[in-house]
Amino acid sequence: MPLNPKVKLDPRTLERKALKREATRGGYGRGLLEAAKKDERIVALSADLTDSTKTNLFAEAFPERFVEVGVAEQNMVTVASGMAAYGKIPFVTSYAMFSPGRNWEQIRTTICYNDVPVKIVGSHAGVSVGPDGATHQAIEDIALMRVLPNMTVLSPCDANEAFRATIAAAWFPGPVYLRLARVDTPVFTTAATPFTVGHAEVLFDTKGKLDVALIATGPLVYEALLAAAALERQGKKVRVINMHTIKPIDEKALVQAARDAGAVVTIEEHQRNGGLGSAVAEVLVRHLPIPIEMVAIDDSFGESGTPGELIKKFKLTAPFITAAAKRVIRRKS
Amino acid sequence: MSLTDKKVKLIEQTANKIRCSVIEMLVAAGSGHTAGPLDMADIFATFYFHILNHRPKNPLWPERDRLFLSNGHICPVLYATMAHAGYLPLKELVTLRKFGTRLQGHPHRKSLPGLESTSGPLGSGLSGAAGYAYAARMDKKKFRVYCFTSDGEHDEGNTWEAVLFAAKYRLSNLTVILDRNNIQIDGNTETVMPLEPLRDKYEAFNWHVVEVSGHDIREINAAVEEAQAVVEKPTIIIAHTISGKGVKEIEGDYRWHGKPPTAEEAKRFLKELRANAVGKR
Repeated sequence: MPLNPKVKLDPRTLERKALKREATRGGYGRGLLEAAKKDERIVALSADLTDSTKTNLFAEAFPERFVEVGVAEQNMVTVASGMAAYGKIPFVTSYAMFSPGRNWEQIRTTICYNDVPVKIVGSHAGVSVGPDGATHQAIEDIALMRVLPNMTVLSPCDANEAFRATIAAAWFPGPVYLRLARVDTPVFTTAATPFTVGHAEVLFDTKGKLDVALIATGPLVYEALLAAAALERQGKKVRVINMHTIKPIDEKALVQAARDAGAVVTIEEHQRNGGLGSAVAEVLVRHLPIPIEMVAIDDSFGESGTPGELIKKFKLTAPFITAAAKRVIRRKS
Repeated sequence: MSLTDKKVKLIEQTANKIRCSVIEMLVAAGSGHTAGPLDMADIFATFYFHILNHRPKNPLWPERDRLFLSNGHICPVLYATMAHAGYLPLKELVTLRKFGTRLQGHPHRKSLPGLESTSGPLGSGLSGAAGYAYAARMDKKKFRVYCFTSDGEHDEGNTWEAVLFAAKYRLSNLTVILDRNNIQIDGNTETVMPLEPLRDKYEAFNWHVVEVSGHDIREINAAVEEAQAVVEKPTIIIAHTISGKGVKEIEGDYRWHGKPPTAEEAKRFLKELRANAVGKR
């Protein structure tokens, strides 16, 4: 099996039904609790969404370090900037649509330019939020955050990785945006899977000269793995990279993949404009221009539906990734 | 802390020197805000030369009182006051807004030791100060947090979010000084977006409110002492100021909110300010 043994994925990774499912927000909730046990400086702020962001685990364990700010995301991040300037490590939690959706300038000025280590946790990113509809489906947040100097952008692929990313974010010396999803998705990384901020992991790699590299972020990494398995069954040689850190992006891994495969597909639950695909293109166009296809949302808003219906409607599932891979392979000269 | 007549006189003279520095800085910069820095000079002087527990030669002294400037555009008066207090050389003041300067057009915490916050975009300074006060109280710190804000930035929703927050958490270690100079860029505050009754608003939000003349050193000091004695609520000191105070041509004219004097005007204004300094006020 071409799963990379070094990253110690669940051996049943390609058997969708065999895997446990948990939302990345769940892994964050556990991770925050774990980090907070070890570091008294960690505080958490919530804008009236404590349970659904899974910050309740922290709030129950450390009520004296939990700050409820009400439905006031601009105030929340700026209060956190003051707390961080004092010496705390604040996690600010809401839905991504409201934070960083509503409070971008405060994040820019009082956190990034001010350079204080506030951790912005945006749950309910992507169209897979489902029935709440487009108003609550943040599909622009990666673009908003990755354009900011001093900001680090993390987008974990499953609940276990979200756990590790949260702990890494806590002690990362600077502002961090942590992108999370609402819906339960397959958990295929394990406690032994490595996670280092800024270091992309190769999850799947066929031996021999590659045809294509799939570069994915967030829970859609799983769809990319399914697509890779399907492509391999059709005789294609494929690499899958989990780009859990979108900024700073792992240029070395990208250039290596471009060199090895000669074509890449990017996969994300985000607008094509300004997301992972753009970030990858910005690197490759400077270092090694090759054909790129982007599986992403095409300049439109989400809508109500089940998560499954929506990721299909927006053409983000494995069959669409497989089709994009075939297209990009054809484009190779 | 009590004030002797001699100390009051000294603070008034210092405020006058700060006003002169502000004019010199603005004319050298060729851009910037004039009215607010002039009308806040008495308050800045009272804080840096009497109220604040601070060590200008050791700006990061952990026990220092923290002063957050929310309306960052009046930073010429902050820089000038800090220079007169010994944080930076007086001759550095004319680098305001120039390439490579520590005195950025709007204050940046990381460019000059002694600045507690980065500000400019209005309405967020009170949130930052409240967060700082909240965190300091968690650790039972004794120092106080002051936030200087403007009337115009009370148009911002973010300001009122912070007003709610500080009241909820009874941040009595936080004192706000509001420059009630009644002007903003587009006109008088009550024309652009009426704020009155401002005192009633703050009281309804469960703050302790004191109103003072922003040009009376004793009143300013007494209000801060009163704020220190109120342990149940945050306090706001609404300081009624005359915009552009000290220069008759500027006083009360909103058009001076956001422009600097020309070289010729500056000469005239400095002459007027220096005449005040020798006791003609």
